Amino acid sequence: MFVRGLKRKCFDGEEDIEGTLAGIKAIPSYNLQRQSLLDMSLVKLQLCHMLVEPNLCRSVLIANTVRQIQEEMTQDGTWQMINTQSTGQGSLDRLVSTDILCRSSREQAEGKHVLGYSTFNKDFEADQAQDSSETMSTTSSEQAPRNLQSNVWEMENLQENKGNFQKSLDQIFETLENKSSNSVEDLFSEVDNSYYDLDTMLTGMMSNTKMGHCDGLETFSSPTTTASNSNCKSDLNELDHIVEILVES
Amino acid sequence: LTGLANLMQDVLWCFSQVKGTIDVGVAEADIISTVEFNHSGELLATGDKGGRVVIFQREQESKNQPHRRGEYNVYSTFQSHEPEFDYLKSLEIEEKINKIRWLPQQNAAYFLLSTNDKTVKLWKVSERDKRPEGYNLKDEDGRLRDPSMITVLRVPVLRPMDLMVEATPRRVFANAHTYHINSISVNSDYETYMSADDLRINLWNFEITNQSFNIVDIKPANMEELTEVITAAEFHPHHCNTFVYSSSKGTIRLCDMRAAALCDRHAKFFEEPEDPSNRSFFSEIISSISDVKFSHSGRFIMTRDYLTIKVWDLNMENRPIETYQVHDYLRSKLCSLYENDCIFDKFECVWNGSDSVIMTGSYNNFFRMFDRNTKRDVTLEASRENSKPRAVLKPRKVCVGGKRRKDEISVDSLDFGKKILHTAWHPAENIIAVAATNNLYIFQDKVN
Repeated sequence: MFVRGLKRKCFDGEEDIEGTLAGIKAIPSYNLQRQSLLDMSLVKLQLCHMLVEPNLCRSVLIANTVRQIQEEMTQDGTWQMINTQSTGQGSLDRLVSTDILCRSSREQAEGKHVLGYSTFNKDFEADQAQDSSETMSTTSSEQAPRNLQSNVWEMENLQENKGNFQKSLDQIFETLENKSSNSVEDLFSEVDNSYYDLDTMLTGMMSNTKMGHCDGLETFSSPTTTASNSNCKSDLNELDHIVEILVES
Repeated sequence: LTGLANLMQDVLWCFSQVKGTIDVGVAEADIISTVEFNHSGELLATGDKGGRVVIFQREQESKNQPHRRGEYNVYSTFQSHEPEFDYLKSLEIEEKINKIRWLPQQNAAYFLLSTNDKTVKLWKVSERDKRPEGYNLKDEDGRLRDPSMITVLRVPVLRPMDLMVEATPRRVFANAHTYHINSISVNSDYETYMSADDLRINLWNFEITNQSFNIVDIKPANMEELTEVITAAEFHPHHCNTFVYSSSKGTIRLCDMRAAALCDRHAKFFEEPEDPSNRSFFSEIISSISDVKFSHSGRFIMTRDYLTIKVWDLNMENRPIETYQVHDYLRSKLCSLYENDCIFDKFECVWNGSDSVIMTGSYNNFFRMFDRNTKRDVTLEASRENSKPRAVLKPRKVCVGGKRRKDEISVDSLDFGKKILHTAWHPAENIIAVAATNNLYIFQDKVN
C-alpha cells in the first residue's frame, strides 16, 4: 500500500525547513502533534477490519502508544471531562467515535461518573431504535456533533451490553482454544448478537479526513508540560477499553 | 587489489546469481517471505506469500570452471500451504510461508518444516533415480498380465531413470495455535521442535501430530490487559532444554524446560535500560524485537529491533555487549514511518558460520554487515544493476544531511517499498542469500 510515492511522502527533517518557504509555516505545537498522533493511531486500529486477521503485535503496539498518549494527556490536564463543553474549534473534527462503546467495568467499580462524550465523528450515527444492543448503523450524510446530554441514556444502555459483548468475545476465544469442544452449536449459541453489531459499527467508522500529515511531527521528541485546554476527551478508561476490544477483534 | 583486500581483511562480495522475474509489476504471491540454508549449505529453501516452497541445490564444483563456485539451481518446487478460511471467525488464513527450518540430514532424504500462520508441516524431499522393471504380474505399461500366460518367473531389477525429486508432506501439525505463528525452531535432540505464536509457544514431537505441549503462555486472563506479545523464539543450538523468546517490549527471556512444565517463569531476563534522552512515543515500537538468533557457539544471542542489532552474552542480562546501528538516520523519520506502517516491518538477522560477522536488511534493497572483531561495517545493495557475473558490490552510503557526495543517496530518496527482511548465510562459507521482494540474490566472496 505504500510502495509507490513513498519517497515523496517521507518528510524532510528539520534541516530542510530552514530558509525555505516551508520554514515560514510554524512547526505545530507539541499538543497538536500529540493529538495528531493519537488520531492516527486510532484510525490505524480501526482499519483492522480486513479479510485476514489483523496483526496482533501491530495492534498491541499501537494500542500501547494510544495509552501512553492518554496517560500523558491525563497527567498534564488536557484530558478533561466534557462537562466544561469548552471544545475548541479544531477538535470538533477530531475522530473520537470510539466513545460510543461501553465504559470499562473498572471505571464503574471506581464509581467514576463520566459526564459525557466528546463530539462524534460526523459519519457515525447511533441507532436509537434498538434498545438492548449497541447496534450502530452508519450513514454517509453529514452530521453535526450531537448534543452531549442526549447521549447519556445511550451510554447507560451500552454499559449493560458491554458486559455481554465482552463475555461473548472471551467465550469465543476460550472455545476456540478448547480443542475438544464437542459441539459447534454450543459455540454459536453463546455468541451474543452484539458481537456482530460491533463488527458492523467498526466497519462504518470512517477515518478522519485530516489524517496523514506529519509536517513537523518529525521533531516530536520527549514530552514537555504545556498547559492546554484546547482538547476535551472522554474518559481515559473508556477509550482504553475500546482499544482493547479493537485489539481483540 | 587482492593484496589490499587481504591487508584490510575485508571480504569483497560479488554478485553470483539472481532468481525471479524482472517484471515491473510484482505478483503478491511471488514475494519471498523466508530464506534458509540447510545444515550443510547444499540446499537453499525459499518460501513465498503464495504458499510455495522452492529449493535450490548447489551444483558440484567442476574443475573446468573453478571460478563458478557451485551455483544454486532449482531442485524442487512444491505448494506447501493453501489458503484456508476460518469459518468461525470469518477470516482468511493466509498461505504465506512464515518460516522454513531444515532438519539435520539423517539419510538420503531431506526434511524441512514449513509453517504459515496456523499450521506447521513436515516435508520429505527425496530423489528417485531408479525404477523397478520386470514385474511378473504386470507388464511395463502397468497392465495386468493374464496369469495363465505366465510361464517364467523373473526378479524385478532396478533400472536408472531420469532424476525425479519428490516432495511429500509427512506430518501436518494443525489446530494448536489460536494466534499467528511467527517462529519454529528444531531442537538439538532432533526429536522435538517448537512453534511460537503471539501469545503461546508449543512443543511438538515430530512423530505426534494430534498433541503438543504448551510451554509458554503469556495470554492474560483478561485480554484487556494485553500489552506484550511474543515476537520470536529459538532453541539453544546445543542444550535441548533451553530456549529463548523475545517480546514486543524489547525483552528476551531464556527458559529452561527442566524447571517446570510451563515455562512462564524465565531463567534469565535480558533487557537494556531505556535511554531517557531518546524517549518518544515511538520508543516502545522501535524497541520491539523482530528476530532473535543464537550464535552457532550458543554463547550469544543476537536481537534485531527497528533501528539496531544487539549482541547479548548469555551470562549478562542487564545490557547487550554490542550494539550496532543499522539505519539510525531513520530515527528522525519515525512519525512518517509510523504513518505508512514501515515502523512495523520485521527485519531478520543472521550470523555467519564463525559468528564473527552479522547481517541484516534495510530499505532501498540495502543490507548491512557488521564485523564483530574489526568493528567495521558495510552497506551493500541487491539490485539488478549490480548483476553482472562476479561483479564486486560497491559499498553504499546514505547521506544524512548537508552536502551529498556523488555516490551517496539521501535519506529522502530511499525507496521504502524495497525492503530486505529476509537473508541467509551459508553455514560454512561466505555465500549469502538475500531476498528482495520477489527476487533472490546470491552473493559470494571474491575468489582469488
